[in-house]
Amino acid sequence: MAEIAANARHDPEAAAATRRYFWARFLVYAVLTLFAVIYLAPLLVVVFNSLREQSDIARNGLISLPRSFRLDAWAQAWGTYCVSGTCEGMKRNFFNSLWMTIPATLISTLLGAMNGYVLSKWRFKGSEILFNLMLLGVFMPGQISLMPWAFLLGKLGLTNSTYGLVLIHVVQGISFTTLFCRNFYVSIPDDLIKAARIDGAGFWRIFRKIILPLSPPILIVTVIWQFTGIWNEYLFGVVFTSGQQQPITAALVALTAGGTTARAYDVMSAAVLIGALPPLLIYLFGGKYFVRGLTQGAIK
Amino acid sequence: MSALMIRDLHKSYGGLEILAGINLEARTGEFVALVGPSGCGKSTLLAMIAGLETVTSGEIWIGDRLVNSVQPKDRDIAMVFQSYALYPTMTVRQNITFGMESRGVPKAEQAEAVKRVAALLQIEQLLNRKPGQLSGGQRQRVAMGRALVRDPKLFLFDEPLSNLDAKLRVDMRTEIKKLHHRVGKTTVYVTHDQVEAMTLASRIAVMNQGSVQQFDTPKRIYDRPTNMFVAGFMGSPAMNFIPARFTGSTSISVRAADGGDATLALAAPLPAGAPKDVVLGVRPEHIYRFTTDLKSRKPAVEPMQAPVELVEPTGAETLAVLRLGDLEITGRFEPDDAPVMGETITLGIDMSRACLFDPATKALL
Repeated sequence: MAEIAANARHDPEAAAATRRYFWARFLVYAVLTLFAVIYLAPLLVVVFNSLREQSDIARNGLISLPRSFRLDAWAQAWGTYCVSGTCEGMKRNFFNSLWMTIPATLISTLLGAMNGYVLSKWRFKGSEILFNLMLLGVFMPGQISLMPWAFLLGKLGLTNSTYGLVLIHVVQGISFTTLFCRNFYVSIPDDLIKAARIDGAGFWRIFRKIILPLSPPILIVTVIWQFTGIWNEYLFGVVFTSGQQQPITAALVALTAGGTTARAYDVMSAAVLIGALPPLLIYLFGGKYFVRGLTQGAIK
Repeated sequence: MSALMIRDLHKSYGGLEILAGINLEARTGEFVALVGPSGCGKSTLLAMIAGLETVTSGEIWIGDRLVNSVQPKDRDIAMVFQSYALYPTMTVRQNITFGMESRGVPKAEQAEAVKRVAALLQIEQLLNRKPGQLSGGQRQRVAMGRALVRDPKLFLFDEPLSNLDAKLRVDMRTEIKKLHHRVGKTTVYVTHDQVEAMTLASRIAVMNQGSVQQFDTPKRIYDRPTNMFVAGFMGSPAMNFIPARFTGSTSISVRAADGGDATLALAAPLPAGAPKDVVLGVRPEHIYRFTTDLKSRKPAVEPMQAPVELVEPTGAETLAVLRLGDLEITGRFEPDDAPVMGETITLGIDMSRACLFDPATKALL
């Protein structure tokens, strides 16, 4: 035993292997740490600045550890900061975003689920072609549809309104929600549908009683995807709405553009964080369901 | 009266013909098995009876109603699927009542029906579980319960036992048979397992390449298969096919083990117009060890020499592979009287049970 132990201690090859392993690990973690810092630093700067006093920022620069602490900037950003004459902060724009994102998410998800149901379980002549055409929407950049939307919203009288943005996001989102749901429903055995048809259930009853109860994993994925995407969307918001009607992403730009005096970096930072909070919270609480829903099938 | 009548049924997808003129009939209370290799069209036929596949041409009658264009739910049928197709998010009770719920049957009546079926299938203790918490055999029972609760005109089974392990399959087979005796419903049962078909059915339709090869009782199908496909498909080990040639109106000769010819007397004279070359079909259990005692008991037994190539004891019986020229045939022997490897034995072939086929048309002579 002792001999073996002694041999092991002096085994140069094993020692070299251990050393190699250590350095390899060290390198991996060093690189990962470096990238984590690069990614997290901006967020940290913004968080710090939202808590620092304006004078502190002015004296010590934008990137610096906080030497003061107060929450005033958050309160101002939320309710009292003046942007181009009105002093209501981001509150109204935040709710604009919410009233735009929630209905658009729910409607596009529901439509996607129904599309997916039809395209996977009630195939008809040409349904595959239709599905492929819908997929085009996934790859099409939003800018392409700016002009048609401008025309359409004008005709419908929905310019500069949250309803107009809801309509845009529902339509623009259907490609994604349909793709998600259709691919999930394909893994539900067709026999279930056949059995239900023999049992006397029709199109809607099968959808409500059999498909939807199986859907939570993919619906969570679609809701997270849509909510984050619509909330963070900027282009349509800034093009089709102005002032009081703007969603928060568009309003944040107005905040930086309107300054005549010294820039209120503290308030801006707080406003940016307010704008980023909902998707961050969704990610924190729903992130694991997102991964799970994308990787698991309908029936375990 | 027929509970099910199928007349000249065709099904094709584009140019591909799946079913080529099926004629079939099930009398009320009868158990009909559709059996055949995979791809023979048996499952498509069942799906068409259920209304899950459209009819290309021909007629399907359930009772006295032409159902070609009737929706599945209005055909008064119930179906058990190979995958069981239990609704995964519902409890066993909800699975069983789903159909009644869809049809608006009153709650009290539903509860009564569930109670009756649960007692019949002994699944009372499972009613509040979800399908994911059940074993294969239990799922199978629930699937049958869901079908039984409807009290339909016609029961359709699509390979219901093929997802079970061997032992459970035999148990459930017996139960299905008992159940059919008790309930007495007209049943159409699709299987690729010829033993299942033989044990369960009152009549079997053997299918191949989209058409019914033979539709008859299990005994007739086994004893007098209408062609070489049916003969080869039904029975395990399969029937031996030995090329033979007529040497007279009541005898044939086959190539023997030593390369010469062995002459075997036929039990019955051959029909007129039979070709000179034929195929002799002998089931393994109709090959014996030849003795004079056997000959006196079974006069139709004809002797023939063959070396034993391989012996496979299964316990209940011993299978022996015997060599006839460049042909191998299988015989089934009593374990106590089984040949040993390397031995050359004198076989006794029971010619009264043998079949003769036309090698050109493959049909029974």
